[in-house]
Order: sequence, then structure tokens, then C-alpha cells
Amino acid sequence: MPSTVVAGSFCYRRVTVGKLSYMNVVVCVKQIPDPADPGALDPTTKTLKRDGKLILDESDSYGVEMALQLVGDSGEVTLVSMAPNGEVSGLRTALAMGAAKAVLVSDDALKGSDSLTTAKVLAKAIGRAGDYDLVLAATESSDGYTGTVPEQIAEVLGLPSVTFAKSITVDGSSIKVDRQTEAGYDEVTCPLPAVVSVTAGVVEPRYPSFKGIMAAKSKPVDQVGIADLGLDAGAVGWAGAGQEIVEVVAAEAREAGEVIEDDGEAYNRIVTFLSDLKVI
Amino acid sequence: MSHQPLRQAIDPLDPLHLDGLLSEEELLVRDTVRRFVGDRVLPDVGEWFDQGTFPREMAQAFGDLGLLGMHLEGYGCAGTSATAYGLACLELEAGDSGARSFVSVQGSLAMFPIWAFGSEEQKQEWLPRMAAGTAIGCFGLTEPDSGSDPSSMRTTARQLPNGDWVLNGTKMWITNGSIADVAVVWAVTDPEGPDNGAVRGFVVPTDTPGFSAPVIHKKVSLRASITSELVLQEVHLPAGAVLPNVTGMRGPLSCLNEARFGILFGACGAARACYESALSYSLERVQFGKPIASFQLTQKKLTEMAIAVHTGTLLSMHLGRMKDAGTLATPQVSIGKLNNVAMALRVAREARAILGANGITLEYPVVRHMVNLESVYTYEGTNEIHTLIVGNALTGIPAFG
Repeated sequence: MPSTVVAGSFCYRRVTVGKLSYMNVVVCVKQIPDPADPGALDPTTKTLKRDGKLILDESDSYGVEMALQLVGDSGEVTLVSMAPNGEVSGLRTALAMGAAKAVLVSDDALKGSDSLTTAKVLAKAIGRAGDYDLVLAATESSDGYTGTVPEQIAEVLGLPSVTFAKSITVDGSSIKVDRQTEAGYDEVTCPLPAVVSVTAGVVEPRYPSFKGIMAAKSKPVDQVGIADLGLDAGAVGWAGAGQEIVEVVAAEAREAGEVIEDDGEAYNRIVTFLSDLKVI
Repeated sequence: MSHQPLRQAIDPLDPLHLDGLLSEEELLVRDTVRRFVGDRVLPDVGEWFDQGTFPREMAQAFGDLGLLGMHLEGYGCAGTSATAYGLACLELEAGDSGARSFVSVQGSLAMFPIWAFGSEEQKQEWLPRMAAGTAIGCFGLTEPDSGSDPSSMRTTARQLPNGDWVLNGTKMWITNGSIADVAVVWAVTDPEGPDNGAVRGFVVPTDTPGFSAPVIHKKVSLRASITSELVLQEVHLPAGAVLPNVTGMRGPLSCLNEARFGILFGACGAARACYESALSYSLERVQFGKPIASFQLTQKKLTEMAIAVHTGTLLSMHLGRMKDAGTLATPQVSIGKLNNVAMALRVAREARAILGANGITLEYPVVRHMVNLESVYTYEGTNEIHTLIVGNALTGIPAFG
């Protein structure tokens, strides 16, 4: 039986011999406005309007899939999310894929939270999710793109952080991570528990099966406010944000592409172009 | 009475906001099938249609998703609502009528009679494998000389003194016939026998000696779907092969009602695909210096198509809710099939006109849907028979004979 070590406000399980016989993975997921609908910024807050339907961020579906593959039949995947208005439809998608349960933090006071606050809130929610061996998150969300929350969660929890994972294998009390780089990938070994961010596209997320959809209705979603997590309203949202969005400007229109007339040497220009992009 | 000012904008792809009528679970089923069709059907279906085939491995992909027998309870089936089943049919047929036909036949025509009328042994033997897509089923009712009048069938079931059965006859226009592992075959019994000549259903493994299923070639409609004859020559079956819990035409007709329910949704999917293709084409195709969507004649077509597609879908959802409530009547299914398939054909033809010459190529989905819908118009009860079912219900006078 694995021993349980209590550390700070959360507890985790550490297995020291052989492969993990039972594994709990927490996946941080974000519910975002449907990218198929044109998004809009709130001119007052300069943040994305989130009052419409929210869906599971596609970039999180890779972490959910990787977690489901890691735990297989002997383990449990728990979702942790923060969303306005108690929105659960995106969570139901991941529960229908096979996650066992979810913790959802929803509180008016969270509006305007910056990435560090988000990380602090998610870290508290992870503590509420029960024993865990590994925390997965997407490298970045598809709406905010700050790309910093996973590492901040690791720092708040005092856990090692590995970024840009393209594959994870469990080996006793540690994991081996192939970590994507511009040139290829690094092989990294990291003790558990750890926080790992997963690169989009590295696994093929399964479709939610209809049996999974039917079962997802009755899977528990622990909906909590910031008071339940022992957080103060002054420390989150606009009040607690350590950063301010000063200005939002429209992106520059994309310039017309360059047309290269082939004089017999055009391939050199194309090679140089691709080389400058570090594609080759 | 609300005095809120009305919003001006609508979603061109959901102009009546029908998504608002669906539960979270129904939306998740719908979105999942839509994604699956986008990933697994649409990239290849033009090629399947061109080659006149439907890959067998799609059966397992359908099974993994839970599409096969999805509205049935137990035996590996997902047990969704009828409305969710309808929505899945709609999304599949937005891909191709052949894909939806596969799922209709497997779930409503082959699995349903075993589930509803079969013995426990028959259910245990076939339903879990059929739900998983590892066993494929087909349904044999129609014959070369017996279509709208199925009770005139000539396929016979002769019972031997030891209780075994022997089947003889030919079935026609059987979807999945040549790739099936099991056929649910309907046959007339001996007029002098214990069933007094009534129709009975039989669960026939397709490797039984005397059973063969020649493929029907040269179709120009439903090409991404396998269609076969079933030839039964002295097919010897054990006593336990008969479906024990139904006698007479109620058996096959109740299966057809299940399938027709899926079709009335599915037709809206084919129509929607045509409308959306025409809408997007009309916004991109420039003539006389502007997109053809700028012309009043095109806008009239698009408006009529959008109204037809989405009121048809609204009708489907209403009938779905009635089926889930247990209040749906057979003539109401006929109203749905009559209205929606005819609607889909009109929409497909209008869409074809908007696409001009491009409308006749398989580069666009429109002509594929248009010719597929000619089959859908006729199968599972012809337009004429459904008209007479409704006429009978309205007047109390049967006019079939």
C-alpha cells in the first residue's frame, strides 16, 4: 500500500517501489468561450467576455487524454477548474471522456484574476481534490495564452515543474518526460509528485463515448467558492491582481506575402526564408 | 407579455436557436457526433461514394462511440434518450445518408427486434457484439415483388417435427447484407402450422449453409452504403432461432417505426449540410463584381432553405420529445418522414442550383446528398405509403389496397 505524506495544506501519495500500482492524476482544465463564436473584449475591463456558453479548451483535452492513458484501469483522474457562473458544460465533456470527478471554483470575487492568482486558487483546489501523484495542465490556454499558470501552480505547491511534455512514462516514484524543444526533445526525469504541462497535439484525445456521457451526469462536481478554499476576497480577482491590463489594441493587419519569381535561384530564397523561421 | 427590445442578430447556422431546446447531455452527444463526422466521415466519404463502398472498420468506430443501439438499455448499449438518438442520426446524415443508414439498420432494424422480441440467449449472443460494432446486422423484409405491401412476402419458414426451421426465399435492397454477421429475416409460416401462416422473425447467422448475400451494383444513390440481396435456400435453423416474443406484421413494422424516427432527424442533417454548403459558396462566389449572396434571388433561396431546414429540425425535436414521453403515434412518425425528406430534397436541389456547375461534382457534398435523398424518399416506407398512413389517420378510411 502506498504511504501518504501530508505536507502543508494538501496531501499527496508517494510510491517508492516499482511502478505505481494505483495512480491519481489531477488535470487543470479551463472552460473557454467557444472559439467557433466570434469572441469579444469587454471595453471596460479589457478582458474576454465570458457570459456565453463555455466549452472545454481543446488544449486541455490533450492533458485529459494523457492522464486517462497514464491511470488506465488502476487510477483516477480528477479535474480542477475555475470558471464564472458555476459553468460545468466543459467539465462534463472531460468527465464523459473518463475523468472520475471534478472540483470547480466559482466565485464572483474571482473576476479579473491574473495568472498568479489563478495559480494560487487552482493550487488550493488541487489540495481539495484528494491524494494525487501528478498534476497535468495544458501549456497554455487557447483564450488567454499567458502560458505561465502551470509553473506558478508548481511553485505555489512547492513541487517540481516540467514543461512542454510530449510523453510521460511512470517509473517507480518518478516520471520520465520527453520535453519538446525547438530542436527536438529533452529526456527529463522528475520525482513525483510533480506538475507537468502538456504540449497540444501530442496525443489524440478520445471522443466522449455515449456511455461516458450518460455516466458523466452522475459524476461528482465539487463546486466551491473562495471562502471554502480559505481564500480572502481581497486576495483574488481585481483586488488581488498584481498586474493590470493598461491598453488593448487591434493586431496589425497581416501583410501580403512575398512573391518570388523563379530565376533559377529561387530555391535559395525559400531555404533562407525557412531557415529564418527556424523551420529547417 | 414581454416588452424587451428584440435583438437583431441571429446565428446563420442556428437561426431559430434550437440549441436552446437541448439539454447539456443532448448537446454533448450532438457535438461529439458532429466532431466524429468531421474527423472520420467527411474527409473520405466523397471517395467512398465514388468507389461505391463503405469501410467495414467504421462499424467498430461507431461502436466505440456508442452509436450502435444507443437508445436501447443494457447489453452494452448506452441507453440515451430517443431525442439524443435522433440528433446523432441528424449529424451522421449531415455527413452522408449511407453512414446514417448503417447506424439505423444496425440499431433500429437489427438490434431493436432482438432487444424487443428476442430470447435472453439471442440478446446475450448478439447485442453486446453488435453494440461494439464487432458484429454487423442486417434486416430482411423487402422482397423483389414485395415492397410497400410486405405482407405479400413469399419467403417461407417451414417448421420441422423436431421444432427446427427451414427458410426459403429472397430478400431485396438489404443494407449491409453482404457484410453482415447476422440477419433478422421475416418469413411467413405454414398456413396449417401453429402460427396459422403468420409472419415470424428469425435470427440468422450469415454463415449458415444456404444463406448468401450478392451485392447490388450500379446504384447511383446511397453509394457509400452496401446494398445486397439475401438469398435463402433451405436455410436450416434451430428452434431457438425464431424471435419468440412477436408474431405477425407488428414485428417488422415496429422496427420500421424505429428506423423512420431516425430518418426524420437524419433528413434534416442532409438538408442542413446542403444549406450550409450553399450559404458558404454564395458568400465566396463572385459574379457581376459581388458575391452571389448579394442577389435577391439567391437570398430568397437561402432564406427559404434556412427556414425549411430549421423548422424541419424543430419538428424532429418535438417528435423526439413525444417519443421520450411515450406519446408518439405511428402517423406522427409518418408526418415527420413525409415532411422532412421532401423538404431535404427541395433544399438539396436549391443548393445544387446555387452552386451552379460546381454543384454536380463530388468536391462539394450537395449532389451526393441530393441523389442519396432519392433513396431515403423511398425506403422505410415510401412517400406514398406515409401519405396513406396519415390519410387513414385523418379520415379513418384505409386507402392502401
